[in-house]
Amino acid sequence: MTTATPEELTGPPAVLDYGQLRQRGRLEKLIGPEWYRILKGLVTNPLSVIGLLIIAGFFLVAILAPVLAPPPRANWDTTIIPRDGYRAEPQPPSTPWERDAPGSVPGWYKIITGREEWVHLLGTTSGQYDIWYGIIWGTRTALFIGFIVVAASAIIGIVIGAFAGFYGGWVDESLMRVVEIFIAFPFLVGALILASILVPVMGRSIWPASIALIVFGWTTYARLLRGDIQATKEREYVTAARASGAKDGYLVTKHILPNAIYPTLVVLSLDMGAIVLSFAALSFLGIGVQVGYADWGQIVSHARDWILSLDIYWYIIVFPGLALLLYGLGWNLVGDALRDIMDPKLRGSR
Amino acid sequence: MTAYIIRRLLTIPIVLLGVSLLIFGMLQVLGPVERSALYIRDIPHTDQQIENTIRRYGLDDPFLVQYWHWLVGRTDLDTGERVGGVLRGDFGYSRTGREPVVDVLKRRTPVSLELALWSMVPIIVIGVWLGVIAALNHNKIIDQGARVFAIIGYSFPTFVFGLLVLLIFYAKLDWFPPGRLSTEYMLVVQNPELFTQYTGMMTVDALLNLRFDVFFDSLRHLVLPVLTLSYLSWALLLKVTRSSMLEALRQDYVTTARSKGLAENTVINRHVLKNALIPVATVAGLTVAFLLNGVVITETIFSIPGLGSAAAAAALSLDVLTMLGYALFTAVLFVVVNLIVDITYGFLDPRVRLD
Repeated sequence: MTTATPEELTGPPAVLDYGQLRQRGRLEKLIGPEWYRILKGLVTNPLSVIGLLIIAGFFLVAILAPVLAPPPRANWDTTIIPRDGYRAEPQPPSTPWERDAPGSVPGWYKIITGREEWVHLLGTTSGQYDIWYGIIWGTRTALFIGFIVVAASAIIGIVIGAFAGFYGGWVDESLMRVVEIFIAFPFLVGALILASILVPVMGRSIWPASIALIVFGWTTYARLLRGDIQATKEREYVTAARASGAKDGYLVTKHILPNAIYPTLVVLSLDMGAIVLSFAALSFLGIGVQVGYADWGQIVSHARDWILSLDIYWYIIVFPGLALLLYGLGWNLVGDALRDIMDPKLRGSR
Repeated sequence: MTAYIIRRLLTIPIVLLGVSLLIFGMLQVLGPVERSALYIRDIPHTDQQIENTIRRYGLDDPFLVQYWHWLVGRTDLDTGERVGGVLRGDFGYSRTGREPVVDVLKRRTPVSLELALWSMVPIIVIGVWLGVIAALNHNKIIDQGARVFAIIGYSFPTFVFGLLVLLIFYAKLDWFPPGRLSTEYMLVVQNPELFTQYTGMMTVDALLNLRFDVFFDSLRHLVLPVLTLSYLSWALLLKVTRSSMLEALRQDYVTTARSKGLAENTVINRHVLKNALIPVATVAGLTVAFLLNGVVITETIFSIPGLGSAAAAAALSLDVLTMLGYALFTAVLFVVVNLIVDITYGFLDPRVRLD
């Protein structure tokens, strides 16, 4: 029979490890316990770490775009893919670059390819638009559109959802009827129609499709936040704040929104990917940006001319398709992990 | 339950009114001059011609007047006939379809419906099956694999997926061609003496005509679009089925069933599946939305003459009347489907009956 030493019996329990407590406390105090839990969940889940790495990779590519794919001239509009002639037939990867080649040959290029002259690394589309340039600068387009569209939809949705959820009654009823009208359209169908009407008014740019995606995208946030606010506003701390004389605006911004916003984060992350895929789908159909714009969907749309010989011109689909898939995957992995972290049913299980 | 159904039915006219206002409002984004182009067949040579068109069709009338005319039609100033009016079934003339919009909708709906119906089979069977398998192997390799499959599934843009399967199975292997039928069978189908088009759905018509060669040829053409449409929804169904299975497996009645000595198969089939599949019905509405979104891309890629490719073509050449007709049609369809789904769900699960 073994007897426990006094130390084993009275040794300090884990919670009293002051060093650990203080160490955790600092970050936790800075961002608050809920954000701390979210952050910890994200960096400890292997899938979401992969997602974060993919997203970081895209940011890096976007920042380094001028080095990775230098524009032909200093005053070049970087959103336009340089074209090497006007021939219809796409050229395979490693075709020499003759006209409007990138202005400089960066060091990494010489080391990796062992060449002194630019070639079309990933080939060209019909009309000789360089695919490599399009993918690299398309990263900026994707991130920009993702942020603009998601931010605008989220702000509109959050404001409307907050009003509906907080005031209830006829405000809620009428706002939710408006939401119902917008969700009567399948998302892509609504966006397709509005974008195509906006094109002649605004001209070909990223804006018609972006605005259309915002107009049909905010409802998700409004519905989600409305429900969460309805649940949060009945909590005791809100009643307490109200009893001590807090005004409506203060209640919503200080007490209700910060506590009801978490499920919205999941949708934000998933949308960052999904919106870009929808935008690309519209570009693919030919709605929105002009031909030659550095946008992944626009590059793939060139494949529509070559449906019968896709096996020869595979590079028009595969490379930009891979960029789209990876981009969507990154945000979805993070969004999926966030959902697990937020799900109250799973709380404490990991 | 009856009260709930009645209340839901009463909201439909309100929603449809809003939908029609929204659709018409979108059209008003275009100025009168731009909209006059919809009614002019020849290139106008003078501003006067444009002016005349605007006046003739009342394109600069107040919004509500124009909306009213769009709904119930208006009297043509020259001929004195009553023209237009979506409520009278007149959506105008489709420039891209070169026939009235109503005829475009009538002729193309069966094509898209056929595609959607065929897609439902793999969507439900494979999607639910994957979800059940994943849940029964919770946290094992199969479960993790299914999870990764689902995430990749909904990260994959439809048009890229569609083009990739076309690249592999058509351009490379030449197994499944795009289009609806091979040329030889197209000639058969278009000959009224050999083939009667009862429904407009190729596979159904082929069976009704007892032309099994046509049937199999049209099936061969359906494989790739059906695959493209269904992979989109697999991820969704997998996730929903999996989580509702896991939820059901945790219930006390499952423990009871197990502890009274029932075989595991009986427990799963009788007690778990029966309850776990109820929430799956809720995503039926979402699946229909996926299909309506999906056919636009899928039909365009596989050159199938359905509603989706008509909408894409109309959007590309700013054939606004076709687009508006299509939008109204889709919205009505979607609202009705969602209503049916909600009511069915109420019947399936007594707990959610809202009164």
